[in-house]
This record gives sequence, structure tokens and C-alpha cells, in this order.
Amino acid sequence: MPDLGLEVLLKGSNMLRLLQGLWVALRISLIAVVISIPSGLLFGVLMTRKNVVLKAIFRVYLEFIRIMPQLVLLFLFYFSTTRTFGWNLSGETASIIVFVLWGTAEMSDLVRGALISIPKHQYESSAALGLTKMQTYLYVIIPQAVRRLIPLSINLITRMIKTTSLILMIGVVEVLKVAQQIIEANRMSSPNAAFGIYLTVFLLYFIACWPISMLAKYLERKWR
Amino acid sequence: MKKWNRILAAVLTLSLTAGLTACGGSTSDATANNASAADEGTVSNGSSEVYRTLDEIKESGTINIGVFSDKNPFGYVDENGEYQGYDIYFANRLGEDLGVDVNFVSTEAANRIEYLQTGKVDIILANFTVTDERAEEVDFALPYMNVALGVVSPDSKVIENLDDWDSNDQMIVISGTTAETYMIDNYPDIPLQKYDSYATAKNALENGSGAAWVNDNTEVIAYALQNTGYTVGIPSLGSNDTIAPAVSKGNTTLLDWINDEIKTLGEEQFFHADYEATLVDTYGSDYEESLVVEGGVTE
Repeated sequence: MPDLGLEVLLKGSNMLRLLQGLWVALRISLIAVVISIPSGLLFGVLMTRKNVVLKAIFRVYLEFIRIMPQLVLLFLFYFSTTRTFGWNLSGETASIIVFVLWGTAEMSDLVRGALISIPKHQYESSAALGLTKMQTYLYVIIPQAVRRLIPLSINLITRMIKTTSLILMIGVVEVLKVAQQIIEANRMSSPNAAFGIYLTVFLLYFIACWPISMLAKYLERKWR
Repeated sequence: MKKWNRILAAVLTLSLTAGLTACGGSTSDATANNASAADEGTVSNGSSEVYRTLDEIKESGTINIGVFSDKNPFGYVDENGEYQGYDIYFANRLGEDLGVDVNFVSTEAANRIEYLQTGKVDIILANFTVTDERAEEVDFALPYMNVALGVVSPDSKVIENLDDWDSNDQMIVISGTTAETYMIDNYPDIPLQKYDSYATAKNALENGSGAAWVNDNTEVIAYALQNTGYTVGIPSLGSNDTIAPAVSKGNTTLLDWINDEIKTLGEEQFFHADYEATLVDTYGSDYEESLVVEGGVTE
């Protein structure tokens, strides 16, 4: 077995610090997910409406968020809001805002895609059966759309969890930053620790994302 | 008709998006190179400046100091989650003499200037090398450390100067570092062997692929101390740069206080004590005089 420098994890409170870092990352991404999934659903439904102005506004918002690298958005909300408006947002608040904006934009586009993928005859048959517009959405369209959405939104959620690794750039000490701190602090005594620590970080991300994938698999099977 | 509506919407979207992105782009550019942006910000937010003056810091009871949290031995976090290192030792003393608590903020090399320009920290003490470009964005106080380049080579053939270089030998260098630029500008005849990372350059020297390795002198000194069989033949090469604390542009009350503090600390040989406490394990005592700047005075 090669020397992975895993003994470094047992020094002081290093393992606990890594777990606290993971909690910071998960807290930010989960708060963002909880807010952006429902708002994404709402906006996604609105985007399928035939209102040109509404569509144009959402389109601009979506493209803006999608074109901007997340890192630029983080800098924009953390530093530029202070510069232009004098708001002193904490790093965590700024990250939550950025992740909510990003999650909502991507989720609404996924919802829009799922909704327009439902064939037209589904709407027409519902109308023929005498269902109201509300009933059509509630009993026919949304149940089918949600099934198509699951793999896509799981992908988005895990992506949001992984992208928290960028927030160290605005001073939030999350799991990856703690890992770098531990590796650097032991640069002289255990030069191989990088392998072991990054392996541990990989496992922590995996443990965080795996249950979400399992839940998705379960739901997909249940709703087949 | 419907088709035209759609085309119109698409054109509108595109132009608006382009406009917005351009705005966004210029905002983020402004953060990097524009001191007047900070002034505009202060006008609209009503408070007088982005930064806090010395009195405001004293009143609040806490000073925010931006440091590295992963640059051992200058600023790092130990296994108990406590900040440690050469910069931290100095930061703690500043807090003590000001009579305030120190709140350490973890910064990265790429965002140190931003932190000062937005007043999110009062001082940056993050191994900040003084350069002319940076001095336009922030105000540097007196220096407290020297940095230069250094050359390490095997004991069997120690290289002590670069003037009579054997053209069959190659010099190891890490791409994108100041060492690479320096070698290209000043010794264009010395063949370079370039590597992307510290680890690969280290392997190259150990395998004998190059005759010597040029890098920051702190790095090569630490390397020679940890690995037997290697000597730093040239401990100080090229122009001497300095490391200094930095404050937001225009924050003169804090800047003057730090400068006075550094001069006063020089009388008690504070930075030598700092070196003994934090750097001696890594660099040994031989380089104390060449690395430490006491009382802000460089030779």
C-alpha cells in the first residue's frame, strides 16, 4: 500500500474540520436547491406561455446566468454589490444568492423542456374529456413531465453540490479549502498527504451525492 | 405572423443578452483595474469611504485581516483550526497593540486586491509582494520580508554563479513563475527545462535531468534543507522584491499607524523573533538576515 499520508487526518481535529467543511458546502447547496426547484417549476410553466414579453425577459435572465461562469457571478455578488450598492454580503449569503439564481434559471429551462416534450394530443385528449386547463396540468401533463424531469434535476442538484468548490474564492471555508489547508499545513511532515486527503474529499462528495442518485433511481422505478 | 413574432423575440433576446453580458463584463473588469469605481460606490452608499479608518477599527473592537490559510509557513491553519505562520504572528501583534480582536479572513492570491478595494478586510497580510501594478490599486506599508530567486544544485556539482554556464547543461524551471521570466530576460543563452508543477520539477532535479533548479529562494532553501545532497549555491538572484502589508487605497490613518508600528517593532527586533518562531524550522537560521526586513529598512 503506498503512503497516502492518511495519518494526517487523525491529527488534532482535522477530520472534524473536513466534515464541518462538507457541512458548509451542503448547507449552501441544499438551501439553494430547496429554493430554486419550486421557483424553477413556476418559471418553467410560465415560460411555456405564449406571452412574448414574459418569454423575452426569462430568456435574457436564463442566457445571462448560463453564459456567465459561476465564478464571475460569485465575484459579482460578493465584491461588486459592495462596490456599487454598499451591501456587505457575507460570502455564504452571496453564494446562496448566486446558486439560487443559477438553479432557478437552469431548472426553469429543464421544466420548460419537459413540458413542451409532452405531445400535443395529450392536451387535446384532456380537453376532449372535458378537463379544465388546471385539471389538465394537474392530472395529465405535470405527472408526465415530472418523470422526465427527475434524471435532469438530479444532475443539476449534484452539479450544484460540486460547484460549491468555487466558493472558496470568496472566502468561504468549505471542504476543499479545509483539505488544502490540511495538505499545506503538513507539507513538510507528510508530503504525500495530498493523495490521501483528496481521496477523502472525493469520498465525502460521493457520500453526499450518492443518496440523491439512489433516491432518483427509486422514484424513477416507482413511477414507471 | 407567428413566425415573425418569434424571430423578433429571438433578436430582442440576443441583443439584450449581449448588452447585459457586456455590462456584467465591464463591472467585473472594473473591479480589477479601477480605483474610481470604489469612489463611485462610496457616493451611492452614503457612508464616507469603503475602508474603515483607524478610529473606526478601534471603536468596533475587531480588525479584519486577510491572510492565506494554505501557505505554510507564512499563513496556514494548524490541525486545531488555529491560524499560524509568519504573517499571522505579525497580525496578532498588530491586533494586540491596537487593542482589538483579530478576525482572520481566508484570501486567495487572486482576490487579495478585491478584498481591500471593497473594504471587506482592513489589512492584507498574505505574503503580498510589492509591485508597481499593485501599488496603483492598494497602499503598501513598509516591508517586513525579502524575496528573491535562488538556485539549488546537487552537492556533487554546486552552481554558484550563472556566468560560466556549461551549454550542455540545462536549468530546471517551473513554467509561469517569475523565475522563468527572469531567466529568459537575463540569461537567454542558458537552456531551460520547463515543468508545470513543483512535483515534476523536483523529480527532474532528483533524476539528474537538469544541472540546477531556479525558483523562489524560499522554496529552494526549504528544499535543500529537507533533502540531503543538495545545496543552494545562489541564495539570492535578480532583483530583490519585498513583502509588505497593504491597506485600501487612501486609508492613510491606518497606513501611518502600521508604518510607525513597524518602525517601533524594529527596535525590539520583532521580525527576527517572528522568524525564530515561525520560519526557522523551514529555512534554518542561516537565511534569517537575508529574508527578514527589520523596521522597514531594506539594504
